[in-house]
Amino acid sequence: MLSADLLANAVVAGILLGGFYAAVAIGLAIVFGQLDIVNIAHPAFIIVGAYIAYILNSRFGLDPVLIGLAAAPVFFLVGALIYRIYFLAFERTGQESLSGLAFFFGVMFIIEVVLILIYGVDYRLVQADYIGQTWSLGFVDFPLRMLVPFAVAAALTAGIHAYLSRTFMGRAIQAVAQDRLALQLMGADPVRIKQWAFGLGIATAAIAGSLLIVIGPVEPSVGRQYIGRVFAIVVLGGMGSIQGMFIAALILGVVESMVSTFVGPSWSPAVAFGVLALTLALRPAGLFGRQ
Amino acid sequence: MKSAAFWGALAAIFAAGLALTGVVENEYYYNALYLILQATLMAVAWNILGGFTGYVNFGSAGFFAMGAYTTVALNKALGLPLPFLILAGGAVGGLVGLGLGYLTLRLKGVYFAIATLAMAIVIETLVNNWSYVGGAKGSYMLTPEKHLWFDSYIQMLFVVMLLLTLAAVAVSRMLNASRLGRGLAAIRDDEVAAECSGVPTLRLKLISTMVMGAMMGVAGAPFPFFVTFVDPVSAFNLFIAVNAIAMPMIGGTAHWIGPVIGALLVGTTQEIVKVTVSSEMNVLIVGVMLVVFITLAPQGIVGVALKLWRGRAK
Repeated sequence: MLSADLLANAVVAGILLGGFYAAVAIGLAIVFGQLDIVNIAHPAFIIVGAYIAYILNSRFGLDPVLIGLAAAPVFFLVGALIYRIYFLAFERTGQESLSGLAFFFGVMFIIEVVLILIYGVDYRLVQADYIGQTWSLGFVDFPLRMLVPFAVAAALTAGIHAYLSRTFMGRAIQAVAQDRLALQLMGADPVRIKQWAFGLGIATAAIAGSLLIVIGPVEPSVGRQYIGRVFAIVVLGGMGSIQGMFIAALILGVVESMVSTFVGPSWSPAVAFGVLALTLALRPAGLFGRQ
Repeated sequence: MKSAAFWGALAAIFAAGLALTGVVENEYYYNALYLILQATLMAVAWNILGGFTGYVNFGSAGFFAMGAYTTVALNKALGLPLPFLILAGGAVGGLVGLGLGYLTLRLKGVYFAIATLAMAIVIETLVNNWSYVGGAKGSYMLTPEKHLWFDSYIQMLFVVMLLLTLAAVAVSRMLNASRLGRGLAAIRDDEVAAECSGVPTLRLKLISTMVMGAMMGVAGAPFPFFVTFVDPVSAFNLFIAVNAIAMPMIGGTAHWIGPVIGALLVGTTQEIVKVTVSSEMNVLIVGVMLVVFITLAPQGIVGVALKLWRGRAK
């Protein structure tokens, strides 16, 4: 039963999948990991990104990944606007825990229902030359529909990591996460920085969405399966650590792929939550925790 | 509200419900009322943990589905009558709720909320892979022949749900007004301070999660007979979880009447929109109402009313 090529293929597929998960989770690693904003609507924004890729791809035949990159600035503005509302309604009055959670829960639900109202529950997909192709290395397959998202996701992760650790604004974002009051005493406005960071987090959702629809067909409620995955990855990686997040995403991808191959695909949704529950129970600070 | 007035009101509502079954024959009304009552029961249950104790449960649909699937399994295995199935659903929901309560030892705030969501998806995965109750394909339920003295089975289900909901409201009111309820409020406001002041926080949290779970299991138990076809998609519907959160938040979470007001308002609006506009729009409305209310009136309708009332008293 346990043959070497099956195992090797499962591991490779898991690593490719995990790389993609990093693109899905990176926005939340910024927003939840650094800013402590529990944006459970993040996967819903990813689905919106996927639908934008679908619409422009089917109308004009544009490349889905390029669409994702082009849509990112728009998502950035939308994210900044949502943070403004969130700040005015909840953060300023100190009610972010319960009401803020319910707020994002409502936003997630509205996005899903609006997409269903417009496009129905049919699966949508995109066309691109590379989607059907597969590279083979010995007995291991590298389908391009997984390899391309992996490459883009790795580049995105490296880019965000460099941005956060090298640029002035990136360091300011990390400073907000560490000590908001100290930042204020230095004469910087934490709200403006958080708004920028939240916009950045949502902008990554546009790219992740385009990758999602390259990997496979998408329908509005797919986003829900990603809630557990993204939080599992961010928590396992250690809140706010981008490298940790990437490693956690790879771990989750490999474990899910193994379960899917050797136990059955219908069990894989529970994997993320198993990982999440184990992390929270055994090592709440994650692998590379900020505390 | 005075005790006598409260019990009188409950009795009057129940009598009115019974009288209705003698007058109105159109089954649609019982369908609509059943759904509104089911949502009210879920909202009241959610509020016991979410509103009184301050722990957000996103997994309401999981508890509801556990009640529903307990009914499916026991009905298939033993063919028990409805009252036993409701008790069993409540017992299963209560036990899982108790387990959830122990989770609060390690998980606070956001992490607890995510864990409840996780729990719902794990249970859904289990049910999807449990072929005895139909798995992902779902299973049909036969509506029993007997329905007491009522004209139809749906009338009887409506009266049963009315009774369950009224009982839940009574329990919720008792919890809210009692010493126990004040302990829960202390946990909500500051758990560490409550623990330091001698509030037995763990025991109270366990009671709170257990009562919530039991009520949600009870709410789900008659569901298979109501829809006659259950599958994981309908039983674990996100709509159920959204309703359970939105209704108390809209009505006001601190007072027992809040979820009732919210549920009646939102539930009735949904039923009207379902008939007059479309069934998709009624799903959208609750999301929009939730976001608008928590952004503009985070204390809910009860909170706004209290503020106005106190303002006038000054």
